[in-house]
Amino acid sequence: MSDSGEIWTAIRLTLGLAFISTIVLLSIATPIAWWLARSSRSWKEIVAAVVAMPLVLPPTVLGFYLLIFLGPDGPGGAFAGLWGARSVAFTFEALIFGSVVYSLPFVVQPLRNAFVAVGSRAMEAAATLRASPRDAFWSVAVPLARPGFLTGAIFGFAHTVGEFGVVLMIGGSIPGETKVLSIAIYDYVETLRWTEAHILSAGMVVFAFIVVLAMLLIEKRLGRVLR
Amino acid sequence: MLAAIVWLTTPVAAAAEIHVGVATNFADTARTVAAAWTRSTGHRVVFSIGSTGQLFAQIRQGAPLDVFLSADEASARRAEDEGLAVPGSRFTYAIGRLVVFSVERGRVRDAETLRSGQFERLALASPSAAPYGAAAMDVIRRLGLEERLRRKIVFGQSIAQTYQFVRTGNADLGFVALSQVVGHAEGSRWLVPENLHSAIRQDAVLLRRADNDTAARDFLVFLRGPEGRRIVETFGYGRDP
Repeated sequence: MSDSGEIWTAIRLTLGLAFISTIVLLSIATPIAWWLARSSRSWKEIVAAVVAMPLVLPPTVLGFYLLIFLGPDGPGGAFAGLWGARSVAFTFEALIFGSVVYSLPFVVQPLRNAFVAVGSRAMEAAATLRASPRDAFWSVAVPLARPGFLTGAIFGFAHTVGEFGVVLMIGGSIPGETKVLSIAIYDYVETLRWTEAHILSAGMVVFAFIVVLAMLLIEKRLGRVLR
Repeated sequence: MLAAIVWLTTPVAAAAEIHVGVATNFADTARTVAAAWTRSTGHRVVFSIGSTGQLFAQIRQGAPLDVFLSADEASARRAEDEGLAVPGSRFTYAIGRLVVFSVERGRVRDAETLRSGQFERLALASPSAAPYGAAAMDVIRRLGLEERLRRKIVFGQSIAQTYQFVRTGNADLGFVALSQVVGHAEGSRWLVPENLHSAIRQDAVLLRRADNDTAARDFLVFLRGPEGRRIVETFGYGRDP
């Protein structure tokens, strides 16, 4: 009984985290991807590399640095000092922060590709029709880049759901606050409760399959519509 | 496998190699014990370091290990019960001691430090996954502080991670293992009296595939013997008298 309660709490928490992280990710990744796609600065690839680093770094490295970053010796501690706390680690907000850093490349990359595909011709055409750059962005670039937004959103969401290392390092495994699905599964395996581990793991496998399949279908369909 | 073939086909096995799965908290100590054993026998130890749960899962799936140094009593017993280990080979090689630790000087004195509630976060290892965590919960319950501290507790998946939380200052206080802080005098600490919690017994077993492996058996004898005891105690663990 309490077990299923525990499982549902973890599922709700994970979905909430993934949902909020995706929104934050899209709003941060869009301007970055737009700039990367359009800028002609020579050092933009350096920025692109920094954004893409979490693809290569082990989550434990990221988690370890985040733990120091969020703690009393890092900016997180100074920030937490505003309300008299010593660290922002072990909070839901910390997980959002960690997930956004970790999943950023998964959203920036498809968006950047989509913006590149929009090309400058469409934007120039909009400009000759006296659309302001902002207007052109919203009414031309964004609709044309729709597949990129969809792919980015799905990737960002799915990647946050599947996140483990970073959450493990900065979460503190607090039920209902930071104990997400992947941590719960780890816990069950650790405590030899394989039945629960099996249920959740199988659920994750199904989820992963649905996500990937959905993405393939969406891309195929959108690709056809736009071409 | 290859090592076993080489070993079996060499009648007077000069230097054997054994594979030991060791719980992370004991890894440093185990390496020191192994180094001493290698000096006296010439045999070598290859370690697989992991959490007890991970190691147990791997052993159950046929991991090529000869010895299992569990961080608890239950997993070693279960390995024995499930026929993964040689019956009767189990013994307690170390008894963990719990310490309340803070990186800040003068911060931790005794049980009063916990009772006062003058701290923000108290880190402990997950009580369900780590014996040190279960023992820490014992202490909190014994002191009657369960309700009062509930909202201040954060959980590390292992005692190593718990130490990390405290070490980086993200948690101002934490229940860590004596073995983690025995090597330095930094911060402040309270060695929790053993009568406040159930014993943190770490048991070893000889695994099935090493039933006839004299080197593996010898390693366990060494660990159990006086020199093994001396090293284990230096690292902040207790031993049965």
